[in-house]
Amino acid sequence: MNSQVLINEEQFALILDRLAHQLLEHHDFSETDLVGLQPRGTRVSERLAVRLSELLDGKEVRCGAMDVTFHRDDLGRRDKPIAPQENNMEFLVEGRKVILVDDVLFTGRTIRAGMDALLAYGRPKKVELAVLIDRRFKRELPIEPTYIGQQIDSISDQYVVVEWSEENSSDRVILFNAKPE
Amino acid sequence: MSDLSIKNLLGIRGMTRDDIETIFSTAAEFKEVLNRPIKKVPSLRDTTVANLFFENSTRTRLSFELAQKRLSADVVNFSAGSSSVKKGETLVDTVNNILAMKVDMIVMRHPHPGAPHFLANKVDTTIVNAGDGTHEHPTQALLDSFSIREKLGNDLEGKKIAIVGDIRHSRVALSNILALKLQGAKVRVCGPATLIPKHMDSLGVEVSHDLDETLVWADVVNMLRIQLERQGDDDAIRFFPSIREYTMNFGLTTERLERLDKELVILHPGPINRGVEISSEIADSEHSIILDQVENGVATRMGIMYLLANR
Repeated sequence: MNSQVLINEEQFALILDRLAHQLLEHHDFSETDLVGLQPRGTRVSERLAVRLSELLDGKEVRCGAMDVTFHRDDLGRRDKPIAPQENNMEFLVEGRKVILVDDVLFTGRTIRAGMDALLAYGRPKKVELAVLIDRRFKRELPIEPTYIGQQIDSISDQYVVVEWSEENSSDRVILFNAKPE
Repeated sequence: MSDLSIKNLLGIRGMTRDDIETIFSTAAEFKEVLNRPIKKVPSLRDTTVANLFFENSTRTRLSFELAQKRLSADVVNFSAGSSSVKKGETLVDTVNNILAMKVDMIVMRHPHPGAPHFLANKVDTTIVNAGDGTHEHPTQALLDSFSIREKLGNDLEGKKIAIVGDIRHSRVALSNILALKLQGAKVRVCGPATLIPKHMDSLGVEVSHDLDETLVWADVVNMLRIQLERQGDDDAIRFFPSIREYTMNFGLTTERLERLDKELVILHPGPINRGVEISSEIADSEHSIILDQVENGVATRMGIMYLLANR
């Protein structure tokens, strides 16, 4: 298959580290929570939470996993329905600052569903968005990330896949020219 | 794994084991939604559902309606008593009239076995069977299995489940047998010979007329309601001599359970005849998962309607 590695393991680590530092510039995490979007955003948010905790001398950073399947706007418009994933939000976000975290920002529709789903846990004081990869040319909604790992200019036929060392691969980002298996 | 092989939920017959697993994994996520501070998701906001109840029902109808509202669907209700059915309109005409008002899904209970299957061949919409006569009641069977699996774990292979009582008149029994067999469980029916249909062995289930022996055998017991309204008129030949005699032979009492000295999971589809098929103490005991069944009913029906609307 026609593919190329966009971000290798070394760059990947640097990008995550930079994202963590960028978040620290604006948050001391006394009133800020990370919320990863299932299924793939949670990997990013968990890694960030661990790194942030190290940088904050072991202070705990609250990190939830939110599934937005039931809030999507494409119900019945896909060939196959999306299977819901586990939802693990053990705190309310009323009055808190929330950073939504996802791996790849593409059309923006998942993030819209995420902002909708978040309201079930209270009214946050502020919501920001951190993404590992921003594919900026295919947005369908007026949604822009606050923190960006890397911007990628790709055409819509291409697929960007983030691989993780937790999932029998190494940390890297790959660009495919056709839909991967 | 996230797609159903069926377009309508007419009965457990016609479903695959994968369908059941897909429904349960979706229902588990909806159960989590039901325990949130805001118990509602917008999934079916562009779907309109008509609940057509040609036969009385309280809890099934309430459960479906709550499930629809938690999914943000628009809901219209219809009961036979207050409708044109009394004026002689046919089922197909009634439903086509409702569909002409742009309804996307029909949930139907009907006194005639096979009514939803007949309808599925005549009209183009999604149909969910909420009980057809003495035939099937698939959503009840699914919520029963879902509740059993919460207690015993997801693998029902080889688990022993007894269904006790009026098997002859019970749509819950047939759907439960089919659903449990699909999941690999062993099933036994138990009741007086008059209330057990012939040829039960063709479904691959055991038959017993001895409740005490069945309780020793079983891991789970599903106590069906004695349907007093289906026992015939006062002067008809009865299926059993008296309620008192039925309770003595087939009622789940504290004495029976104490003799057993083992953990037993007890289900009842409701409404309970307290003191007839099950004693009050047992219905309220920690062995009973009757109220879990009710809670899971909403989550299971949300899962089913969500997946069908997705097709």
